[in-house]
Amino acid sequence: MDAVWDWFLWLHQEHGIKLTIFYDEWDRGRFVKGIWTTIKLSFVCIVFSVVIGIAGAWLQMSPYKWVRRFVQAYIQFFRNTPPLIQLYFFYFAVDSVVSSLLGIRGGALDSFGWAVVSLSFFAGAFNVEIFRAGVEAVSKSTSEAAEALGFNRAQVYAYVTLPLAFRVCLPSLNNNLINLLKTTTVAYAIAAPETLYVANQIWSDEYNVPEMMNVVWFVYIVLVGILVWFMQRWERSIKVPGYGQ
Amino acid sequence: MFKKIMASTALLALVATPVFADKLDDIAERGKMVVGVKADYAPWGMRDSDGNLIGMEHDMMDDFVARVSKEVGKPIELEKVVVVASNRMQFLEQGKVDMFIATMSNKADRREVVGIVQPDYYSSGVAVLAHKDSGIDGWESISGKKICGIQGAWYNKDHGLKNGAEVVAFKGVSEVEKALLDGRCVGWIYDDSAFIPRKVNEPEKWADYNIATPTVGDAPWGAAVSLEEVDGRLAKLLSAAIIDWHTSGTLVELEAKWGIPPTAWLANMKEACIAGEKICNDAYDDE
Repeated sequence: MDAVWDWFLWLHQEHGIKLTIFYDEWDRGRFVKGIWTTIKLSFVCIVFSVVIGIAGAWLQMSPYKWVRRFVQAYIQFFRNTPPLIQLYFFYFAVDSVVSSLLGIRGGALDSFGWAVVSLSFFAGAFNVEIFRAGVEAVSKSTSEAAEALGFNRAQVYAYVTLPLAFRVCLPSLNNNLINLLKTTTVAYAIAAPETLYVANQIWSDEYNVPEMMNVVWFVYIVLVGILVWFMQRWERSIKVPGYGQ
Repeated sequence: MFKKIMASTALLALVATPVFADKLDDIAERGKMVVGVKADYAPWGMRDSDGNLIGMEHDMMDDFVARVSKEVGKPIELEKVVVVASNRMQFLEQGKVDMFIATMSNKADRREVVGIVQPDYYSSGVAVLAHKDSGIDGWESISGKKICGIQGAWYNKDHGLKNGAEVVAFKGVSEVEKALLDGRCVGWIYDDSAFIPRKVNEPEKWADYNIATPTVGDAPWGAAVSLEEVDGRLAKLLSAAIIDWHTSGTLVELEAKWGIPPTAWLANMKEACIAGEKICNDAYDDE
């Protein structure tokens, strides 16, 4: 491994391309941690936001007026405000209120925790609408037939509607999840040690902004590429032959 | 005929007067010296409850104007013009002030715009403002603790990370202050001269916080005259005054008078000036 690091040191000395994340162990350590934090943050947010999407789409079909209105209010709040502002709102404002209510110091959640909460709700709001589109694409006759067979509302949703709706909305969902992965960069504003935050620190110390910008850009292309590959494989494997054509 | 003689004598006298009059002569003629000072940086330059300008730098200027009066042989009045960081050099260039002393770090690119005299009269550096219950006392003790900082500061790695601290960096000072007061971190690594105004102006807010490490990474401050005057008599007088303030311990006393925690830099400068070392003369090291 030392040979690899030495090659990057040579690259800096011979050609002036300064990539300290390879040959400096401090920068290497914290950059790897940054990428790992981005992966963890993205994964947790994706899982939570999909759960919120599924639950929200279900609640939107509720016969109770106030449940439907609550879901609408949630969607409006989180879709109409920028994610960075939501993040500041949760980390500084909501946290102060929660901390004083619970009488704790040092924050109710740390920056990673609030980033998860804020970004999951943000992406969840979009997912609710995406799942709603999928649910409405399932023909009414299919769900009526299921009712006639004796399924109750929850069972119709879980066993009939949702599986079909899922296949319809997977491309849109894919889009939104990719956006979510890229949106995790806003967490740098509340000092969550993800890739952009760490890159910012490194280029301020080492004055190698162009090199670090290229590295960060490349990291995100790779991460999004992995997500896309995974989603496409999944899409192919759960495809219902002939459905939707 | 008589009138013609008088007129030509007067003309001759006018021509014979030296065209070049330096700043000290201007000051002597005017009877007052105009100095740029700070009013927003307690306790180096601030206003008291009556609106008067007071502070460590103001005390220095009161002493300096007395020296100028002695030098030109007549009483000189001190006129203060309040400046801020964004206009102090411009005021000097435009001639609105004869000199300024305004908490300015002495940097090479600034020396190309204004004539910063030597020696430097004060220095600020990097320190940690810590909560009194944090157990922080000295740079080694920040290891393993959460320390807030400003994103992009050069010292976050050299003095924060390398001492084992977990640096939690935010974009702006307001976010850092809120995070520190909320207890998300136990200390704040920043320019130590920014902590003092906070302790002086908002004592209740910062009552539980104190500077808990010695200052490192010193960046000395300099007073300046205009670039044309940097080799003139005013500059020489200012340098001599600063050397005398160091040697006699006046600056160390002023530092204590205004409640500033004593800095090693000032104590070292006093020793250096008493010993007559090169750092305490009126020339830059590379001259």
